[in-house]
Amino acid sequence: MRRMTYAEAIRDAMRIKMKEDPDVFILGEDVGKFGGCFGVTGTLYDEFGEDRVRDTPISESAIVGCAVGAAATGLRPIAELMFIDFVTVGMDQLINQAAKMRYMFGGKITVPMVVRLPVGAGFQAAAQHSQSLEAWLTHVPGLKVVYPSTPQDAFGLMLSSIEDDNPVAFIEHKMLYGVSGDVDDEVKKIPLGAADIKREGKDVTVIATGKMVHEALAAAEELAKEGLEVEVVDPRTLYPLDKKTIFDSIRKTNKAVVVTEEIKRGGYAGEISAMISEEIFDSLDAPVVRLGALNAPIPFSTKLEQYMIPNSGDIIKGIKKLV
Amino acid sequence: MNLENSRIIDMYKTMLRIRKFEEKAMNLFAEGKIPGFVHLYIGEEAVATGVTANLNTNDYITSTHRGHGHIIAKGGDLKYMMAELFGKATGYCKGKGGSMHIADATRGILGANGIVGAGQNIAVGAGLSAKYKGTGQVCACFFGDGSTNQGTFHESLNLASIWKLPVVFICENNMYGISMSQSRHQAIQDISDRAVAYNIPGVTVDGNDVFAVYEAANEAVKRARAMQGPTLIECKTYRHRGHFEGDPAIYKPEEEQKEWLAKDPIKRLESFIVENKIQTVDEINEINEEIKREILDAVEFAENSPEPAIDSVVEDIYTDIVEEVNLV
Repeated sequence: MRRMTYAEAIRDAMRIKMKEDPDVFILGEDVGKFGGCFGVTGTLYDEFGEDRVRDTPISESAIVGCAVGAAATGLRPIAELMFIDFVTVGMDQLINQAAKMRYMFGGKITVPMVVRLPVGAGFQAAAQHSQSLEAWLTHVPGLKVVYPSTPQDAFGLMLSSIEDDNPVAFIEHKMLYGVSGDVDDEVKKIPLGAADIKREGKDVTVIATGKMVHEALAAAEELAKEGLEVEVVDPRTLYPLDKKTIFDSIRKTNKAVVVTEEIKRGGYAGEISAMISEEIFDSLDAPVVRLGALNAPIPFSTKLEQYMIPNSGDIIKGIKKLV
Repeated sequence: MNLENSRIIDMYKTMLRIRKFEEKAMNLFAEGKIPGFVHLYIGEEAVATGVTANLNTNDYITSTHRGHGHIIAKGGDLKYMMAELFGKATGYCKGKGGSMHIADATRGILGANGIVGAGQNIAVGAGLSAKYKGTGQVCACFFGDGSTNQGTFHESLNLASIWKLPVVFICENNMYGISMSQSRHQAIQDISDRAVAYNIPGVTVDGNDVFAVYEAANEAVKRARAMQGPTLIECKTYRHRGHFEGDPAIYKPEEEQKEWLAKDPIKRLESFIVENKIQTVDEINEINEEIKREILDAVEFAENSPEPAIDSVVEDIYTDIVEEVNLV
């Protein structure tokens, strides 16, 4: 076992794949000597040089588009956007090009690329640097969407994402970068499309993503004191989604809470909730409880920001609606 | 310029192949046999032809919504192109792309593109790939005057310039961004002026003169292969048709149309060939017949091809996932 942070785990997975495959390279703003906006690429520039850890101008459209062109011609780029909020600038390249090329061209061109997208609120970066926009991406056929919550998952999922022959949106929560955890010594991939039960329980299922996994675990710990056994399911990849693990859990507990950090309106939590209601309605004792951020831009004020994002207390309240 | 006669004839054939393909597509669209959008390249044939005459099969191109000409010039197969226009299973994209999304990876054709300016960034990626792997390939990036007002134009030329990538940017200035004339959509006359901003060579050539295009592209491709960086070539040309088939093009003044039709690139090359006794009029007529037959063969292939199977609608999205095919 190795102890490492979420950021170190992502970096180590990239390092391993870069050593293995000369076609893997990184591009993005300040990923070189500077080490990345959140320090994720760190020392990779010193280890691999400027050709493989490429600083780009502040040109998100060119970063994503260049990755698409490089991927379509045989390389395996890892593009870093500083914040998922900036994906708007490169959105055409991701949605209309990367995601659709294979289909539009009848399967004759593949686009094996990873776009790293830091999400999340928590350090007063306000409305344009704090969003959780995963639902924009899960909506688009052709993209895979990955969202780890722990160093182990970040490590194993990054290995798989780089190896994947499809464009992968790799979502990272900024507030988790410094969180430490155990990572297997063995270099073991985690397949895309495999959920993980982060805590077992028989009374209520909480499906949570990213930082909300940790909030859900805290809620479960608290409720355990009252004798309530909460099961926490982390999908880990939003698409492909491991419906089986989610449904099996609900078939056991008959109660489901879905919690994500997204703005609640139109969030992916809605999609998960709808799947549960459509496909295993008979297993439910009560309607699915869905928790998300308020339908507001992310505010600057610490007090307001903290209020509008779900926390373990909100999750406890959500669970208590069902028991 | 020293071009062998056989190469001049090849260029003529390519231009004619594009013209006849487009005229056929125009008629088939009018007859209702081709659905969707069709953007024709008629009048601009010298650009694609003059540029691709400098490329190898494994060199890359990125194309546009007006892409048939680029694809034919890069060696695309007329049968698979026509079948794609018909939406048939045998088409380049199995009927899932249509006119605006034809690609052929085996010939370095990285796709026509329905988003104006999007190919510019992709070309930069292809150029990076060639440089990174040291393959000696170049990427020719075709785009229209309209796209030079997109952010992608600036971002991609800047990136290709600072990284000295083997990309040749070819602006087909056909004088219109959809209905808006160049004089209304930008305050410059020569788009090649913009090269100054990236410290790269910028040249403007007569885009209806295939030899002028060939020479400019020759220089630019040499420079690219020598890893000296990109070039911006502006080819001044004219779109004979509307933006898409069905566009009556009321915004194009009659005088202007007359003037440009007189400068038809194919007629010009034909006159050159006959005047210089490279071929006789009879031989030219024979080439015309030969190309007509090629086009008819392509149409026959397309018409006799099957429609795509329903199951294919959810295939080719991912390399490893096939989506649910039932609506209910």
